[in-house]
Amino acid sequence: MDLLLGGVCKAGESKRLETGKWRSFRPVVDRNRCIKCGKCADLCPDSCMEIKEDGAEVNLYYCKGCLICMRECPVKAITKEVEEK
Amino acid sequence: MKGKTAILEGSRAVAEAVRACRPDVISVYPITPQTHILEDLARFVSSGRLKSQFVRADSEFSAASIVYGASAAGARAYTASASQGLLLMNEVIYAMASTRLPVVLTAVNRAISAPITIQPDHQDTMSLRDTGALQIHVESMQEAYDAHVQSFRIAEDPEVLLPLLICMDGWVLSHSYEPVTVFPDEAISEFAGTFHPVQKLDPANPLTYGSYADQDVLMEYRYALMLAQEKAKEKICSVTKEYKDIFGHFDGDLIDTHCTEDAEIILVAMGSMVSTIRAAVDELRAEGRKVGLIKVRTFRPFPGEEIIKACGKAPLIAVLDKSLSVNTGGILATEVKASFYGNPVQPVILPFMAGLGGKEVNRRVIKEIVDIASRSGDKQGPRKDTVWMGLDHGFFN
Amino acid sequence: MIVDREGEKEMTMQTEVKELHAPGHRACPGCGCAIAVKSILRETGPNTIVVSPTGCLETFTSPIRGSSWEVPWIHSLFENAPAIATGVLAGLNAKGNPDGTKVVVIGGDGGTYDIGMGSLSGMFERKDDILYICYDNEAYMNTGIQGSSATPLGVGTTTTPVTGNSFGKTVEKKDLVAIALAHGVPYVATASIANLADLKKKVRKGMDNPGPAFILMLTPCNVGWGYEPEETVELARKAVETGLFPIVEFEDGDLVSALKIRPVPVEEYLKPQKRYQHLFKNEKFTDVLEAIRKKAEDNIKKFDLV
Ligand SMILES: Cc1ncc(C[n+]2csc(CCOP(=O)(O)OP(=O)(O)O)c2C)c(N)n1
Ligand code: SF4
Ligand SMILES: [Mg+2]
Repeated sequence: MDLLLGGVCKAGESKRLETGKWRSFRPVVDRNRCIKCGKCADLCPDSCMEIKEDGAEVNLYYCKGCLICMRECPVKAITKEVEEK
Repeated sequence: MKGKTAILEGSRAVAEAVRACRPDVISVYPITPQTHILEDLARFVSSGRLKSQFVRADSEFSAASIVYGASAAGARAYTASASQGLLLMNEVIYAMASTRLPVVLTAVNRAISAPITIQPDHQDTMSLRDTGALQIHVESMQEAYDAHVQSFRIAEDPEVLLPLLICMDGWVLSHSYEPVTVFPDEAISEFAGTFHPVQKLDPANPLTYGSYADQDVLMEYRYALMLAQEKAKEKICSVTKEYKDIFGHFDGDLIDTHCTEDAEIILVAMGSMVSTIRAAVDELRAEGRKVGLIKVRTFRPFPGEEIIKACGKAPLIAVLDKSLSVNTGGILATEVKASFYGNPVQPVILPFMAGLGGKEVNRRVIKEIVDIASRSGDKQGPRKDTVWMGLDHGFFN
Repeated sequence: MIVDREGEKEMTMQTEVKELHAPGHRACPGCGCAIAVKSILRETGPNTIVVSPTGCLETFTSPIRGSSWEVPWIHSLFENAPAIATGVLAGLNAKGNPDGTKVVVIGGDGGTYDIGMGSLSGMFERKDDILYICYDNEAYMNTGIQGSSATPLGVGTTTTPVTGNSFGKTVEKKDLVAIALAHGVPYVATASIANLADLKKKVRKGMDNPGPAFILMLTPCNVGWGYEPEETVELARKAVETGLFPIVEFEDGDLVSALKIRPVPVEEYLKPQKRYQHLFKNEKFTDVLEAIRKKAEDNIKKFDLV
């Protein structure tokens, strides 16, 4: 059995849950605008934003599409698109 | 091994044993008649005789939760309570058992309100019988001492890992004095060993405790408790035997028997009442009456097979209960009857309610029970309904 | 590599991000509490044991085979998180706690203001060295938005319903900061997900402070408050800017800092939320609005926020 005694579980196993499937809007980053301030990464409840060399990148595997990143981006570098399923 | 015999209060005998087992964390909340145990332990800690973390709790709910957290952190943990306090702990003890935290708890048995009373009976611990915690009921101060010395080894065994309640009747055992043989702390500490948790809260290996289950696993965790209690049977037998080999005391393992071999009437009971029955049986035997006694020592795990075996071909079993499941009767009697279901030998099993709310159960009452039971063959004799000993029928007119 | 539930597929972890609160947790999109937890753990670091009572946080972080905790974490029941924390600490201390592991509680308002209050009071009184952080979403969210003693005046919940003449909760929320201070808790603060730098500083102080520390965070919940998920941080900010949720800090009972604001009208905070809508639709309830305004003004005066 993969389970431990007494309902005890291993750390971080949530990472296999693809919460990105819940999304109805997807955030889109305009890399030309992004100033790499990291605000979106700090505020993302699902830790989906990573600041790369050329700007913020969304991890769509987990992104639930809450769009807090869009709302909080100081330079409006993030917009939304309807998720095509 | 030779110990030192002294006249000790039952609570003190328990405190002596607990001290020598060196729990890492003790958390308690006062309730009569458990208080003397916690006061003794508090003194041991403040005087430096015991190096435990002693945590005052704001309620029994918190006391149980504190030892829960301590146990999850890998510490040997101890608490004690009684009556209303045990009921307040109920929810915590369920979780403790399922989370497999081997806390040792002294349950000083006391009846449940209302009316509020400090008199002893077993209603409090019976209310915890389905939690998954183990329950050992003791009959004397000496056994209280012995059982506490054995307790941590049993509870903390990697194949058991369950909370263990040592149940002792309030006043009769907690506040009375009797000669008790205690052994040197070092010998007891060695016997009790130390707790080696199979898992714990540890940043080096960050585990999640108390996770949320869907329908796929909860039943499995409950079933795991069934298996663990079966393992506890073996462990209780081996630990009590080892204790006997080293210290020369044996109070029974799952059960204890007295004069059962050729008995025609066997009395089944738990707790301090057992000592009274022992004396009554000896007197009845001297009169030539074939009476025997089975002490149910572990109410959980329940020793159904052991009881059946010890009853042999005895035609009459009288079960004495100090707890009641309203509308069905004595709880011990119900479980004894359930154990006999499907057994080739089917004795008459008679339930007696004796000592509820501290109602006197002396040798005279025991003999009366034997007399009533032996009339069960008569037309007017008892059949299967519970006989309430000492019940004031005038009360209901 | 983690083997998935049925053991059929193998799946690699989808993130390189080393957050101590991992993604894949089951909080609603835009959950304020999830932002708080991630930020708190960034500051506590891995040498921390976290305790949580039952509630949304517990439910969305700890499904069997799906825990999002990368630090040791324990949940036991709804009403006992402070006592569990005390026990964990006592267990660590019994072994000398050689690594100096810290114990932090993160619990909801129901588990803190209501059912866990006795246990919390005991933890405060014993002066146990534990950081307690309450994420306050101002209702019992996990059971479907029932009113708690943290639900503010005028808020509609399923047990403080808005019907005809009733305007939701008829009494003000408990002042938990004052309660913590009355216990002589040496470090007491409020913090917001709209000011993460301040939050981190406070978490650090709470961790380093010997003895109990208490931090109250207002964590908006779009489901229970009725607003768009993207507005979570915005509303947390407005709560501060209106004066309704002052950002303050007390050391040994003395107010040592209060975040200055340029006050905005309470309507800016209240209007986007469904739970306050009735106050704007019915003339009868203007005195409730007035009381909320007064509350903000009182806070501004009391803590000298301007
Ligand atoms: C003893 C007990 N009573 C009630 C519940 C049901 N219950 C579970 S979570 C919860 C609400 C939690 O509210 P809160 O602490 O505010 O956290 P939130 O869900 O809002 O994050 C309730 C009432 C329970 N689990 N245990
Ligand atoms: S109901 Fe609210 S607090 Fe609970 S997970 Fe959803 S957004 Fe978070
Ligand atoms: Mg809440």
